[in-house]
Amino acid sequence: MAAPVAIAVERRLKSGRADVKGVAFHALLLLSLLITLGILFTLVYEVVQTGFGVLTDRGSDFLTSTLSANPANAGVWQGLKGSFFIALFVIVFAFPVGIGAAIYLEEYASDTRVTRFININIRNLAGVPSVVYGLLGLAIFVKYLGGLTGGRSVMAGGLTLAVLVLPIVIITAAEALRAVPSGLREAGFGVGATRWEVVRSHVLPYAAPGILTGTVLSLARALGEAAPLILVGAISRGFFATSGGGLIDELQGKFTAMPMIVYGWASNPDVDFREGLASAAIIVLLAVILTANGAAILLRNRYERQR
Amino acid sequence: MAFLGAASVSVVISALIIVSLLGEAISFLGQIELDQLTEIGWFPRRGLYDISTLIVGSLLVTALAMLVATPLGLLAAIYLSEYARPRVRRVLKPALEILAGIPSVVIGFFALAFISPEIVKSVFGDASLFNLAAAGLGVGVLIIPLVASISEDAMRAVPSSLREASYGLGARKVTTSVRVVIPAAVSGIVAALIVAVSRAIGETMVVAIAAGASGGSLFTLDIAGGGQTLTAAMASLATGTDQVKGASAAFQSLFFIGLVLFTITLILNIVADRFVRRVRQRY
Repeated sequence: MAAPVAIAVERRLKSGRADVKGVAFHALLLLSLLITLGILFTLVYEVVQTGFGVLTDRGSDFLTSTLSANPANAGVWQGLKGSFFIALFVIVFAFPVGIGAAIYLEEYASDTRVTRFININIRNLAGVPSVVYGLLGLAIFVKYLGGLTGGRSVMAGGLTLAVLVLPIVIITAAEALRAVPSGLREAGFGVGATRWEVVRSHVLPYAAPGILTGTVLSLARALGEAAPLILVGAISRGFFATSGGGLIDELQGKFTAMPMIVYGWASNPDVDFREGLASAAIIVLLAVILTANGAAILLRNRYERQR
Repeated sequence: MAFLGAASVSVVISALIIVSLLGEAISFLGQIELDQLTEIGWFPRRGLYDISTLIVGSLLVTALAMLVATPLGLLAAIYLSEYARPRVRRVLKPALEILAGIPSVVIGFFALAFISPEIVKSVFGDASLFNLAAAGLGVGVLIIPLVASISEDAMRAVPSSLREASYGLGARKVTTSVRVVIPAAVSGIVAALIVAVSRAIGETMVVAIAAGASGGSLFTLDIAGGGQTLTAAMASLATGTDQVKGASAAFQSLFFIGLVLFTITLILNIVADRFVRRVRQRY
């Protein structure tokens, strides 16, 4: 039998006015998050509902056909190819340069005025609108280096997007390097290793999952960008012949990419293009990007749990 | 030394951006009469370059976007940082990140295919299919995750001793969140909002798809009608529908808009950076 005093005290503590404000606030918070997720759900539903039919009707034909003025024949093959080449340019140019820059800034550079300037500069570059990178690509890769890139080509587009994601690669890689405990470095120096040996065999392996996550996310970003490609002159709709020659001709020729096809079709006056085909192309684009993003999130979760 | 070279690439890129924008923009200003910059509307092919049309269009879209993203993003951030249990957070946070990873061209399609007919039409009955309101709401959806993730980081950086002190004084959770955590994280929250504004002004694809007015636009304050922003004007100048090639003034106006856009976003980003560093210094 509990003491009556204890019961009285407990009642006194528990009763009082109910926390109406607290419950209402909690509900408001949850509601706002649910609205946000609801938007995401509506978006996916809308796209799948209008586009899935096209994918099931056309099957792999949709993936292997080229652009066409006829909605019954149009497909995304050229876009997949363009996006593939763009990914290659990002991997070959942005990843090594970005990771190298991060290694310099975190492991080698002392805190001088130059280093601080470079750091601020990188943060500002990451905030420059993507369409401005398109202007840079137009001025440098299309016009100035036109002899090398072939003008409005996939090479110009790929290089532009490599430049676009470079600051993101540097920032995420630098964050991963900063998360490496300094005891690891000190132990390396303590047994007489040089700075490069410490970086190569201790710091980099420890930071690798974090760096990998960042690079995959920036690759996903590059695959979804359309604005810079518009300025560099990617084709957005209508048929174009792919150059029949070798790899160099291919890289210097006219091109399109998945997000450009989505743009061209979504803004097409013809309702067949604007609805079914645009949605089907979005499903293909999202499949590529969400796979990359999902891989990055999984990697990060595994990595955080190991700590 | 190779690594130093890699790091200095970023400085070279900045220099190239500034040089190419400035060079072409100055050459553009040299080719036109300055009063062409204040003619009625933005019609580059007819020599009408009223930049205020585009700036006001951008501001309208940005204001609408912030109206959507500020409450949703901030409240979601408070929930994730203060209320959600770790297990709930592990599910909800990736969901927000998926939204953040959706390309803007897809949000643009959504704005035109869903937001415009279903939402804007139900508010403004006579709205045209292409309208600034749909573009603004679309950009808002795009920047919700940005607002949420930066302000959540700021709230999580608030030391838990502050919360415990507040509970110790008998404050409830809602009081602690609103009166203690938010004021302590305010620099980071302001930074999140500034970054979001900068991102909204620079967003191209949503506006290019949903706002219409591909050839040019008269000065307009009507969000139920079509219009043009700094970014959409650049996209339409560069695409096939309105191709202006070579070194004509219309083509070079592209770089002039780019310079205006670059300047605005650069100032916003520098200000936001200051605020973020204030958070870091304090805790």
